[in-house]
Amino acid sequence: MIVHLSVLQVIIPLMAAPACLLLRKRELVWAFATLATFVTFAVSVLLLSQVMQSGAISYDMGGWEAPWGIEYRIDMLNAPLLVLISGISAIALLAARTSIENEIPENRHSFFYIAWLLCMAGLLGITATGDAFNVFVFLEISSLATYTLIALGKDRRALWASFQYLVAGTIGATFILIGIGLMYVMTGTLNMADLAQRLPEVENTKTVFTAFAFFIVGVCMKLALFPLHLWLPNAYAFAPSIVTTFLAATATKVAVYVMIRFIFDVFGFEFSFTHFPLQEILMTLGIAGIFVASIVAINQDNLKRMLAYSSVAQIGYLILGISFASQTGIMATLLHMLNHGLMKGALFLAMAAVVYRMGVANLSQMHGIASRMPLTMAAFLIGGLSLIGVPLTVGFVSKWYLVSAALENGWWPVAAAILLGSLLSVIYIWRVIEVAYFKSVSNNTPDVKEAPASILIPMWILVLANLYFGMDTSLTVSVTQMAAADLFGGLL
Amino acid sequence: MESFIHVIILSMLVTTAIAIVKVKDLFAVTMLAGIYGLLSASFFVLMDAHDVAFTEAAVGAGISTLLILTTLSMTGRFEKAADTPGSNYKPALALALVTLTGALLIYGTQDMPVFGAADAPVQTHVVPRYLNDSAAEIDIPNVVASVLASYRGYDTFGEVVVIFTAGIGVLALIMSTASKAPVALRASMEEHVVLRIVSKMLIPLILIFGLYVQFHGEYGPGGGFQAGVIFASAFFLYAMLFGLTAARKVVNNTWVQALAALGVLLYGSVGLLAMINGGNFLDYNFLAQDDVHGQHMGILFVELGVGITVASVMIIIFFTFSTRRQRDGDPD
Repeated sequence: MIVHLSVLQVIIPLMAAPACLLLRKRELVWAFATLATFVTFAVSVLLLSQVMQSGAISYDMGGWEAPWGIEYRIDMLNAPLLVLISGISAIALLAARTSIENEIPENRHSFFYIAWLLCMAGLLGITATGDAFNVFVFLEISSLATYTLIALGKDRRALWASFQYLVAGTIGATFILIGIGLMYVMTGTLNMADLAQRLPEVENTKTVFTAFAFFIVGVCMKLALFPLHLWLPNAYAFAPSIVTTFLAATATKVAVYVMIRFIFDVFGFEFSFTHFPLQEILMTLGIAGIFVASIVAINQDNLKRMLAYSSVAQIGYLILGISFASQTGIMATLLHMLNHGLMKGALFLAMAAVVYRMGVANLSQMHGIASRMPLTMAAFLIGGLSLIGVPLTVGFVSKWYLVSAALENGWWPVAAAILLGSLLSVIYIWRVIEVAYFKSVSNNTPDVKEAPASILIPMWILVLANLYFGMDTSLTVSVTQMAAADLFGGLL
Repeated sequence: MESFIHVIILSMLVTTAIAIVKVKDLFAVTMLAGIYGLLSASFFVLMDAHDVAFTEAAVGAGISTLLILTTLSMTGRFEKAADTPGSNYKPALALALVTLTGALLIYGTQDMPVFGAADAPVQTHVVPRYLNDSAAEIDIPNVVASVLASYRGYDTFGEVVVIFTAGIGVLALIMSTASKAPVALRASMEEHVVLRIVSKMLIPLILIFGLYVQFHGEYGPGGGFQAGVIFASAFFLYAMLFGLTAARKVVNNTWVQALAALGVLLYGSVGLLAMINGGNFLDYNFLAQDDVHGQHMGILFVELGVGITVASVMIIIFFTFSTRRQRDGDPD
């Protein structure tokens, strides 16, 4: 079975989903979905260790070798992301059963878990595949499942938020498909490695330029790069809290991964950065995203929406790392992808706990809430410190590499902008801490208890991960370093 | 002569598209959208893409028209004026973006190989193997079926899951929240005797045609996707003419949902079976003693999986929408 790990990674959740529809009973469905997700997680951990030991793994679907058939390709770049997706999904599902009790009507729970599995399988499929069209197919699976999950939010505005995302996401997916189609016209192949070989022959054509433009804009739509982020805040704010936890920690990261894969591997560094003013565009949008979204986040009362704007800002950092066009820059982006998954996972899970007890997560009703939900707010505090980038947390590690990448390029103002962005996040995190810890309980604060253990335990697993990977960076740093070296390996 | 037909069909496509934007009667818009699908299908035929044309005719012109009509019966027939005071309707920006996108697309076509050129990369790189070797490797006449069910069978598995996901989405979001006893409703077209009698004769033929398309996909245009859609449309027709209550007697919710899941599972199990027999996922060569026989079996079963899931999901979507309409108290 070891040789099949790369495909099992995706088809376990993919086939568990229809199996859940046959089980029907929601308790059973939850147990089965969680089990399947944990197995998937184990598979991705095995895959990562296998890649670290013996290099990239290639798997031919149907036994047809690439480029005639579809290839799965696991290397240093996507293996850690697979672990993040399945890991966050497994931890979040532990909390999901409790969290959705108050947020989703009971007779929809089974469908909720099925959509969840499909969403996860889609994200894993996009990440694992080495075939450009296969990316699109799994993008469709994850997108459709995501629209469903968001629309299940109990607020009626969730429907509208989901619809907005559906329109934006469909435009993004169509652009991606146009890009893939034009690449196919010029090269006759859909396999990524084969594309990388054949594109240079035709790279000075208007068709390939157009393909690149459509593909990158389409991906930017999916990853919510400022100013294409408008769908994200509402989607994250009105989706069921546990869904926000999962999506915020994984979905945009997958889109960033696709962008890195195509910019560096498929089109190649030379093409992407010399034929296009990509560096300038990404840097400008990245920095603009950090500032605009952070400033908007400061004024939000709904904390889920505040964290959603914070996510848009964090995407700015990821894109900034790509714009450095250097090995350290890419490494910083990859590191921040994983680390941001951990922090946003912990923060949104804390919000899920607040919503479970209070029904909403509005700051105006949270005066002195830390005395009533001490463990939840402590988790929020540590997650917040990580988001700011305080030493001993994962946030510090990735900010450190981002700043050093900026300095390596001699971009002092950019390094200053990164630090300034962190200051803005201090402001919006501090607002919450001040209200929760230093304001006395007011009449407005509902009389609530600490969240149940079923949410607290997964939450603290993520919090501890934030601390552990903040102190022992050997695994994450070495993996991302090797991935970045691989991406630049073909160049030197 | 052929370019003359191209010009005519393409200008009809553009005219239809403009009409769709302009017309406010949504019933007419739906019909125009169906016409648009049919015109696209004709265009695909001219480009010798018969499988695509068949799918477009069945899906674009056929079933999506029916589904939109069902939705219209819930939303009302006329588009609300978008430029009423207070709405943030800004067509200028949208038009500018669409124009820009269109201009970029036209720019991109300039360096494209001429359509149908023998030396175009799409004809010279992977395609020759499909054309020359699939007879020996898979041995079915329809090369398109070889590619989509075997060489790129994993994509098709993904597509089936996409359909399944759509069904789950509809069930999760608009499934009736409480299962009340069905209200006995008159069929909306009960008075149309001619329609009823003619379609009663047609329904079995549609079902047989669906089965033909299902099992003939290896020899000509067709396959699970088109067959599933055609098969499902017979059920739609029955429900529309004889009423939901009558149709409900034929269609059991639990069973249709189970079938939708089983189709996906059938497809996946073929892949797993190949794996158990020592091959890669979906490697049909490992399904039987000799390779070609294995390929035939694999394609037969995965296509069946596709057909079952597509038909079931279409039926789920149609009945979920219609039941919802019935509950909202608007029988027409």
